[in-house]
Amino acid sequence: MEPRGLRRAVMKAGVLFALLAGAVVVAFPVVWMAVSSFKSNPEIFELPPRLVTESFSFDAYTTILRDPVKVRFFVNSYVVALSVTALTLVVAILAGYAFSRFDFVGKRPLNMIIVSVQAVPPITLLIPYFGLMVTLRLYNTYAALILTYMVFTLPYAIIMMTGYFNTLPRELDEAVRVDGAGSMTALWRILVPISIPGLVSVGIYTFMIAWNEYLFALTLTRTQDMRTVPIGIQLLMGQHSYEWNEMMAMSILGCIPVLVLFLFFQRFFIGGMTAGSVKS
Amino acid sequence: MRTSTQAAPRQSPWRGLARRPARPWARRVEPYLFLSPTVLLMLVLMLVPIVMVIGYSLMDRVIMTKDSRYAGLVNYVDVLTNPVFWTAVRNTTFFTGVSVVAHLVLGMGFALLLNSPLLGNATKAIFRVIYILPWLFTVAIIAVLWRLLLNPNGVVNHLLQGAGLVDEKVEWLASTSTALYAVTFVNIWSGYPFYMMSLLAGLQGIPRDLYEAAVVDGAGGWQRFAHVTLPQLRPIIVSIAMLDVIFTTQQFALIWMTTGGGPINVTEMLSTFTYKLAFSKYDFATASASAVIIFGFSMVLAFFYVRHQKARD
Repeated sequence: MEPRGLRRAVMKAGVLFALLAGAVVVAFPVVWMAVSSFKSNPEIFELPPRLVTESFSFDAYTTILRDPVKVRFFVNSYVVALSVTALTLVVAILAGYAFSRFDFVGKRPLNMIIVSVQAVPPITLLIPYFGLMVTLRLYNTYAALILTYMVFTLPYAIIMMTGYFNTLPRELDEAVRVDGAGSMTALWRILVPISIPGLVSVGIYTFMIAWNEYLFALTLTRTQDMRTVPIGIQLLMGQHSYEWNEMMAMSILGCIPVLVLFLFFQRFFIGGMTAGSVKS
Repeated sequence: MRTSTQAAPRQSPWRGLARRPARPWARRVEPYLFLSPTVLLMLVLMLVPIVMVIGYSLMDRVIMTKDSRYAGLVNYVDVLTNPVFWTAVRNTTFFTGVSVVAHLVLGMGFALLLNSPLLGNATKAIFRVIYILPWLFTVAIIAVLWRLLLNPNGVVNHLLQGAGLVDEKVEWLASTSTALYAVTFVNIWSGYPFYMMSLLAGLQGIPRDLYEAAVVDGAGGWQRFAHVTLPQLRPIIVSIAMLDVIFTTQQFALIWMTTGGGPINVTEMLSTFTYKLAFSKYDFATASASAVIIFGFSMVLAFFYVRHQKARD
């Protein structure tokens, strides 16, 4: 091989080796989670630790899926996350349209408020939310979670939707408006249907934030039938003893929605993840 | 992840239309109607709570009792003279500082590897999926997973003992000498993919001719990185690092579910300190003072972030 080709081959081997070494460290915990979910609880800390167990079983999964209390955690998480996603999208479409297509008094300050609201610490809002939800009799309801989650999903969604609408030529909706149709028609009939890719990105991101939320779910709900998956996983710790295999099975079940979204919508997923820091 | 909203670059035609006699009022009111749900939500769930928490912080006791009275700055004095608060400040600073630097270094390293022209697209796609994995897990899942891995009888100790790196079973999350490092490590593991993906998108946006020009000028690999790649990525790096500082200082769930701030406060963060005041000690007034202090700090960070984003527009 000529020196240049050899050099290239060596560099390629180096890059591959580095990637593989990193991948082992990154992926091992995930593999271990899956492996542990198929073990029986006494086997979890057996020495030496085994990747493939003799007593491979789905027992941990069936235990969870047969327990109505634990199934309820999943139902709650889906109800809350899907509601937050739908409401956030509708409100963000309206707001994004106003920011993208109109000039009005107060636009810049409002814009800056929306950007900075994202930095308000959840812990600061938690205490008044607790008081507020008790006063409004929303404590320990879906509404308490849905409303408070929207405060954290909405700013980002508005910013994303405004950016997306800005990439669409104004002529599109102007043409409809010239024909005498109102702004609402222009927005919902013309802009929204061609903004599906943007909506998917925002929707996935919103769903993920709502699905993963922990602090408000911990504090604004009380009874087991209102708990979401992240709290459910925590409740498995130290109920009687630590049911590690069940915790791992529940974790696997808990990350399936996000994993599925990622696998099927990878492009939109990454688009939503990187949109703000990277500008085209 | 976050940018500022901005109108389409074209001059708005509505401004002209609005001055016409036909439906000028309706047109001027329209954007406010579109924004009304947003504004309503922000008023009720952002402005009102912030006013409330500032109010609480000036009372002697709140929420649990009906007869609360104005107490001045007593609660702030209580917080600022509490040694645990300062421990939390130190821990939060360490946790955030180390996490942000490690996130950046790892994210940059993996992004450069995944962007290497030496690899085929399929290979890159597979590794990209593997490397993004930690980002797909809920904090609650990350917390229980690492409690399992870092258990004294767990697999991490077994592997480290096998490699001769530790002599005995280490109680990573329960020992005062390791707990802070352990939670910081877990946070690094779970947070770098955001940097990696943002930087990867940034790398792919750098014009090729910049590198070609650098090669013509005789620049080596390191020089190309230092004089082309880094300057081109700088705005992205500043944005994500600022966001990371804002969000890492607010991290609660990971700490709460792994160590709970213990043992003996060695992993106590500002968020867990405040949470305990409110929901373990039911001292909502003092907790509110602490929450307002954290709020003030976050707003300073937000100010710099917004200014940076505006400069980029």
